[in-house]
Amino acid sequence: MEKGKAMARRWAVDFSDSSSSSHPTVADPPGFARSAPDLDETSGSRQKKDAEAAWKAQKAWEVAQAPFKNLLMMGFMMWMAGNTVHLFSMGITFSALWQPISALRSVGKVFEPYKDPKVDLNAPRLLFIALNLGGLLLGMWKLNTLGLLPTHASDWVFSLPPAKEVEFAGGGSPFY
Amino acid sequence: MEARFLLGFLLLLSLSSFAFAIYEDQVGLADWHKRYIGKVKHAVFHTQKTGRRRVVVSTEENAIASLDLRTGDILWRHVLGKNDAVDQIGLSLGKYVLTLSSQGSVLRAWNLPDGQMVWETDLQISNPSNSFLHVLGNVKSGRDSLSLVCNGGSIRAVSSIDGLVVWKKDLSIDGLKLKHVFQPPESDTIYAIGFIDSSLIALYHINAKTGELLKHATQASSVDLSSEISAISSDSLVALDTSRSNLLLIKFMAGTITNHKLPLSDIVQDFSGLAELIPTKSNDIFVVKTPSNVAFIKVKGDNEIELIGKADEAGIVSDSLTLSEEEQAFAVVHHSNNAISLQVRINGREALTEGIKIEDHRGHVKRVFLNNYVRTDKSHGFRALIVMEDESLLLMQQGEVVWSREDGLASISDAVVAELPVEKEGGVSVVEVEHTLLEWLKGHMLKLKGTLMLSTPDDMAAIQAMHLKSTERNKMTRDHNGFRKLIIVLTRSGKVYALHTGDGRIVWAHLLTPLLQSESCPSPSVLTLRNWRVPHRKALQENPSILLVGRCGAGPESHGFLFIVDSYSGKVLETQILDHSIAEVVPLPLADSSEQKLHLVIDDKLNAHLYPRGSDALEVFVREMANMYYYKVENAKEVIKGYAFKKGCSTGSSAYCFGTRELWSVVFPSDSERIVATARRKINEVVHTQAKIMTNQDVMYKYITKNILFVATVSPKAAGGIGSAAPDDAWLVAYLIDTVTGRILHRVTHQGAQGPVHAVVSENWVVYHYFNLRAHRYEMTVIEIYDQSRADNKDVMKLVLGKHNLTAPITSYSRPEIATKSQSYFFTHSVKAIAVTTTARGITSKQILIGTIGDQVLALDKRYLDPRRTANPSQEEKEEGIIPLTDTLPIIPQSYVTHTRQVGDLRGIMSFPANLESTTHVFSYGIDLFYTRIAPSRTYDSLTDEFSYVLLLITVVVLIVAILVTWAMSQKKDLQEKWR
Repeated sequence: MEKGKAMARRWAVDFSDSSSSSHPTVADPPGFARSAPDLDETSGSRQKKDAEAAWKAQKAWEVAQAPFKNLLMMGFMMWMAGNTVHLFSMGITFSALWQPISALRSVGKVFEPYKDPKVDLNAPRLLFIALNLGGLLLGMWKLNTLGLLPTHASDWVFSLPPAKEVEFAGGGSPFY
Repeated sequence: MEARFLLGFLLLLSLSSFAFAIYEDQVGLADWHKRYIGKVKHAVFHTQKTGRRRVVVSTEENAIASLDLRTGDILWRHVLGKNDAVDQIGLSLGKYVLTLSSQGSVLRAWNLPDGQMVWETDLQISNPSNSFLHVLGNVKSGRDSLSLVCNGGSIRAVSSIDGLVVWKKDLSIDGLKLKHVFQPPESDTIYAIGFIDSSLIALYHINAKTGELLKHATQASSVDLSSEISAISSDSLVALDTSRSNLLLIKFMAGTITNHKLPLSDIVQDFSGLAELIPTKSNDIFVVKTPSNVAFIKVKGDNEIELIGKADEAGIVSDSLTLSEEEQAFAVVHHSNNAISLQVRINGREALTEGIKIEDHRGHVKRVFLNNYVRTDKSHGFRALIVMEDESLLLMQQGEVVWSREDGLASISDAVVAELPVEKEGGVSVVEVEHTLLEWLKGHMLKLKGTLMLSTPDDMAAIQAMHLKSTERNKMTRDHNGFRKLIIVLTRSGKVYALHTGDGRIVWAHLLTPLLQSESCPSPSVLTLRNWRVPHRKALQENPSILLVGRCGAGPESHGFLFIVDSYSGKVLETQILDHSIAEVVPLPLADSSEQKLHLVIDDKLNAHLYPRGSDALEVFVREMANMYYYKVENAKEVIKGYAFKKGCSTGSSAYCFGTRELWSVVFPSDSERIVATARRKINEVVHTQAKIMTNQDVMYKYITKNILFVATVSPKAAGGIGSAAPDDAWLVAYLIDTVTGRILHRVTHQGAQGPVHAVVSENWVVYHYFNLRAHRYEMTVIEIYDQSRADNKDVMKLVLGKHNLTAPITSYSRPEIATKSQSYFFTHSVKAIAVTTTARGITSKQILIGTIGDQVLALDKRYLDPRRTANPSQEEKEEGIIPLTDTLPIIPQSYVTHTRQVGDLRGIMSFPANLESTTHVFSYGIDLFYTRIAPSRTYDSLTDEFSYVLLLITVVVLIVAILVTWAMSQKKDLQEKWR
């Protein structure tokens, strides 16, 4: 995801830079014909933009589906970790919880490079969110099977202090 | 991944390993052990010219010990059983110590230098009574020497070499009581003198080698004879008559007996009252103690008697000491205020008088033993071993106390804990800090060397020494962890000692009863001690204090007294002789405005007297009076009774006196049950939670109440020792009784079981120990009590919202529905005492502290006594720490709290919390004292002393350096990257 984003941006930046930042006062190098790209600006650029939009949409779907693989992997890891509470299973479970949460938090950023007026990002975004929520649920389920969710009465009374007693009786065997 | 899984599991296992032990070099870090001998009753000096000078003593605690005369250190010591009281000790052949014990039925020989037992002979005496031992000096059958044991009318001669009974003579005359045996020098005949029915004097001549009766004669006495005699020469003795006002001089020359009556008033001018003969073995001199004075009397010629010396009545007279053929010495010791004067009289004449100042907390002189040594100028020097009222032992020589031993600490009867003063702010100089820092660093460098195995033996010794003399643990101030405290103990003699938990030293000691002694309080004795004021938030500025309760006489109706003593200094803050008797002291869970704890003193007429006397205390009590109850266990009547308090008492109109009203009684059928043990929870025990969580996440609510009394009864036939009843005649019934309402909450019968029963109650469980006659083994049973009336509180939503009745105050009058879970296990040892660890907040798991028959303290995890144990626990149960059920409780050698030490004649174990939740103090006492700190679930809340701070420091420094280096390297690399 990270890599894809960076590449897309560089490509886009380069493209706009070369068109806007060239100084008209500086002479073109010998053999360079500026008129050439300007020629098919209208038809060629639209075509290109279409292709780009299609590419973006495709990429966005790919990104949206990425958590599925993660989900499978997590499932496998959880199965391996077993149902006892120890360092390994705890680590797996917490990473399984943390990954969807962090992904959900950065859901805007993930789809930013594919922002395009022609591309409808809502569907991939929803899929992405749904898959991550699925991951979160899986993590929660694991947490529950480990017994770490306060779903039992015992989790709420484990540190309940003893109730006060009203009466007090003292005594014993008298001294002889 | 599988490997990691396994590793994780192993880690978990290692964390939950059950054994608790310390390394050898940790011995003495937190623990201390003090050895005592008890109140000395006999002493025999062994002061030959070569070798160590020593004194062999026997004590009221049934201990025999050899003490170094120079230092008072114990060279060796043996503690005989509880029923094996030492009657007499003697030396034989110059190398054996003979002890006659168990009312003259067991004779033992101990090797003098090292205390090994050489032989033991059971004399098979049918009616043990006043026996005495006589070591014959010069009967030599081969290289052997004989010891005679006389009991009633029989004499046994025992070989000193191997303890075999050489001959036995039963004189078989009814009512004969042998009084004296002697053997003239260079003779093979033994003379035995006895009284028959206090009217006849009998003399027997016995062959010393064979025991053959050679001759005997009897003669009627002119007066009724009492049992006191004093042998004054080889052919005469003096006896007192039953009226204790006449002396009878008995002579038995050449097989005939003559007796001559001498009224004491003829000899001692102002004689009146009852006289007492002080047993001596001396040359024509005997000592009579009368109420007004001590008289030294010499027998001259046939029936002439002369008073040769007098001493005033308070004097304590030692046994006689033979200096030479003609010379006999006595020591007379007087005590006044805080000085002792020792007077040595040779043949009744004053030879030496020495005065010594001693601490006034030792009380009066009780016994004195005299010994002499020969000075370089051939004159006699004297040393005296003095037993004081507080049971301490002093050696006096040349006008000073050479050494003293606080042997009163061998008879601790009660103990409480008090805090030390708070450390003053400021006052620590920079130099001191630097010095300690340097020391600290040095110490840790040494420790690091130790852990890295680089240290030399010298370093090792230095580490050990450092451990032991660590000043931190011996400070007289409170510490953050609560490791330093004062243990305040009361001994049988009524002396109160404050011991420091750091090293067991005596911070202060006071014998308070002499302060009270007066006409209104003739013989004060202290019964018990309690915490009187424990400074808490409100009254932190006040010193903590303790309450001592006692009574002025012996009977239960004699008046009581109270002392309030400052815990820091031992200063008496308040003394009060009460106008009522004391049958029981009940500490209440209430305190007045100055944090003085409220106590009710119950007198023999069942009135309750409130202390402290103050209007706010009264107000506090009256407000709570309706909820206060008293119960009384009457062991003799097999009854437990419960009482409520009411205003106005039967004996007076004091506002602080309350009457009682009987509410309930539990009467045990006396033909089938007899109370043998009761136990209740400690009043100050803290319980962390009321919920017990099962493996399946289910909750059980503990039935936690302070008002629960465990009572064990056995069948009357089985009330004796083990073996006295057949299994069918023996049963043990365990009761759990609510002491407010008298309701029997639970009752269980163990068929074929009998006492002794030892029980401990804590939180919601009882553990008790008894003997199973059918299995021929000791057994331990645990009963856990759960509250069924709260069991419905299982709705999570209600609990989340706080809609439950779990924190509502509970009353015993609402009908408790309890469920019990119980399990029994075999246990290898018999038990002398049982206790449970207590921690500050009650979170740490519990250990049961068991005083074993070997006088050690064993810490047994409560997890072994868990009714949920099954033979094949499921995986979840195993994870929770449930141990597979076995029929026997394991005894893991590492879990002996006392490691290699023994607490002779262990009588009590006490556990009190430190401020650190993980740690608890354990103090066990018997003849010896042993103190240590244990952490039942390991020290999870602090670093141990063994933690290497230097290693940590080095690691941190290395890590910082590594970070800096890698940071610099990455900077450099970045720059290069950019230049590329």
